[in-house]
Amino acid sequence: MKAPGITHARSTSALLYLSGVSVSFDGFKALNNLSLLVEPGEMRAIIGPNGAGKTTMMDVITGKTRPDSGEVVFDGTADLTKLDEASIATLGIGRKFQKPTVFENHTVRDNLLLALAGIRSWYRLLTAVPSKAENDRLEQILSIIRMGPQQHMLGARLSHGQKQWLEIGMLLAQNPKLMLVDEPVAGMTDVETETTAQVLREVNKSHSVVVVEHDMSFVRALGVKVTVLHEGSTLAEGSLDQVSADPRVVEVYLGR
Amino acid sequence: MITRFLWQGMTRTLRLFVLLVLAVGILVPLSNLLLPPDNPFRTPSWVLQLMGKYLCYASLALAVDLVWGFCGILTLGHAAFFALGGYCMGMYLMRQIGTRGVYGNPLLPDFMVFLNYKELPWFWHGFDSFWFAAPMIVLVPSVLALAIGWFAFRSRVTGVYLSIITQAMTFALLLAFFRNDMGLGGNNGLTDFKDILGYSVQSDTTRAVLCFVSALVLAIFLVISAAVVGSRFGKALTAVRDAESRMRFLGYRVERYKLFVFVLSAAMAGIAGALYVPQVGIINPSEFSPGNSIEAVLWVAVGGRGTLIGPVIGAFIVNFGKTWLTGALPEVWLFALGALFIVVTLLLPKGVVGLWNQLRNRSRERQARAVA
Repeated sequence: MKAPGITHARSTSALLYLSGVSVSFDGFKALNNLSLLVEPGEMRAIIGPNGAGKTTMMDVITGKTRPDSGEVVFDGTADLTKLDEASIATLGIGRKFQKPTVFENHTVRDNLLLALAGIRSWYRLLTAVPSKAENDRLEQILSIIRMGPQQHMLGARLSHGQKQWLEIGMLLAQNPKLMLVDEPVAGMTDVETETTAQVLREVNKSHSVVVVEHDMSFVRALGVKVTVLHEGSTLAEGSLDQVSADPRVVEVYLGR
Repeated sequence: MITRFLWQGMTRTLRLFVLLVLAVGILVPLSNLLLPPDNPFRTPSWVLQLMGKYLCYASLALAVDLVWGFCGILTLGHAAFFALGGYCMGMYLMRQIGTRGVYGNPLLPDFMVFLNYKELPWFWHGFDSFWFAAPMIVLVPSVLALAIGWFAFRSRVTGVYLSIITQAMTFALLLAFFRNDMGLGGNNGLTDFKDILGYSVQSDTTRAVLCFVSALVLAIFLVISAAVVGSRFGKALTAVRDAESRMRFLGYRVERYKLFVFVLSAAMAGIAGALYVPQVGIINPSEFSPGNSIEAVLWVAVGGRGTLIGPVIGAFIVNFGKTWLTGALPEVWLFALGALFIVVTLLLPKGVVGLWNQLRNRSRERQARAVA
C-alpha cells in the first residue's frame, strides 16, 4: 500500500531525516539550513537558548508549519513537507505539547484507555469491554510512567508532574514510531525531573524519542546524544560532555 | 449482549432510584383505582394526572441532560422534539374521534371541516392506526435531530452558536404550527380527544395506566441512559465534552459521537411528548415556545447536570413549585423562576444532587477525622 505523500524510495536508514530546512517568519529566520538525523530506537535531546528554533523544528516535523525549503523525511519514505497534521499523526509521529491537557473528569486509567490505539468507532464502543490485551497494555504503560497506585485518581486531582507523566503515557498508548516530547520538565521539582528522566529512558526501550528541553541536569540524567541548536541551525552534536566543552556552545549559553 | 449493554451502567444508587420510579408508577395509580374515595391514602385523580405529567417532564429533562450534561451541547430547543412527538400522538388521537366530533365527519377532524378542507392532507394518512403513529413518534423527532445535528456538528458549530440554532429551530416550528394552512389545527392545536387504543382518555383506569406507562418509560430511559453513559462510548462522550479537540487528535470522529446522543435524546423527548398529550388532553403550538425548552434546561440545572438522577429530581422540584406558585401567587412565578436560575448558577453549580454529594462527603470526612 502506498500512502499519499510517500514519494521517496528508501534513501536513508534514519527514522527522521531533516536536511537543509529553512523557515522564516516575516524575514526572521526561525530555521536556517537545519539538518538532523535520528536513528531508529534512538533518543535524542535537543537543547538551545530561547529562540534557537526548537519549537519551530517540532512544528515542521508534525506538519504544523511548512518549511520554505529543505527535506523532511520520516522512516526513509514519507515526505513530511507534503502531509497535513492528521496524516503525519497516523504515520506514527506523536507529540506531547508543553501544556498538559489530560481529561480532568476521567481517571488516570480511563485517560490511557481513551488514548489507547484501537477502537474509535462509536457503535463498537457502546458495547466494548477492555480486552485482555488492552488491559495488559494499560498495566504496562502504568508501570512505565510509575502511576499504577494513582490509576483510579481523577485527572483534575493530579499534580503538575503527574499530569506530564500521564501525558507521556497517553502518547505511549497511541504507540507512535517516534515520540516528540516538548519541555517535559518545565515547572517540575528536582525529584520529579529525575523521575521523568527515568520514565523517558524506560519509554526509549520500545520507542524512538526526540526531547526538547532547557534543563541541563535533566539532559544529563537522560544520558543521550545531544544536538545544540542556535539561530535555527545545528551548532554542535555529541554527548553532553563533548558539547559543553565546545567553546562555541559555551559562548552561546553564557552570552557574548 | 444486549443485557450486558443495558446492565453496564447500573450503579447501586441508580438501581434503587429506578426501583423507586417504578414503585411510584405502580403504587400511585393503584391507590387511585383500588382504594375507596374516603380512604386517606387514596391518590386523588388530579394528583394522578399531575404525576403522569411530571413523569413525562422528567423524561424530557433526562433527554436534555444526556446531550447537555454528558456531551456539553447546550440545547435550547428540546421542547420541539417533545412537541413533535406530542403532535404525532395528537394526530392519532384526532383520527380516533371519528363521527363523534361536533361536525360528525367520519374522516376529517373538526378543525378541517371548519376550515373547509375537502380531503385529508397527505401527511394525515396512516395516523388512524396506532402502529403507524407509534414509530412516527420516534422517527419524526429523530430525523429532524439527525438533519440539524449532521449539519451543525459537521461544520463544528459549538457552544452558544449551537444553542442559538436549536432555539431558532423551535421558534421556526412555533411559527409554522401557528399557521392554519399547516393542516395541524393552527393556534388551537389538536384537542377534544376521545379514545386511545379503544379506551376513553377521560376514564380513571386509562389515566392510571398512562401514569404507569410514563413511569415505566422513564425507568427504561434511565437504564438506557446509564448504559450509554457507563459504556466506553460514554467515557469518550464526556471526554468530548471536556476537551473536544484533544479527542480529535486521538483519532475520534467527534461529530458522530455528538450526533448519536443528539438523535437518541430527540427520540426520548418525542416519546415523552407522546405520553404527555393524552394525559393533558391537548397539544398546541405553544409547546414549541422557546421558553419551554429553556425551562427544561433549568430542570436539569436545578437537579444536577451530568448526573442521571438529577434531571428527574429537578423536573419534579421545579414543576411542583410551578404548580403550587401559579395557583397560590400566579404573578410571582416568573420572578421565582428567574431567581431560581440565578441561585442555581451561582450557588449550586452541580444542582441538588451535587449539593447532596457534597454534604455526604463532608460528613464522612468529619467522621473520619473524629475516628482519627
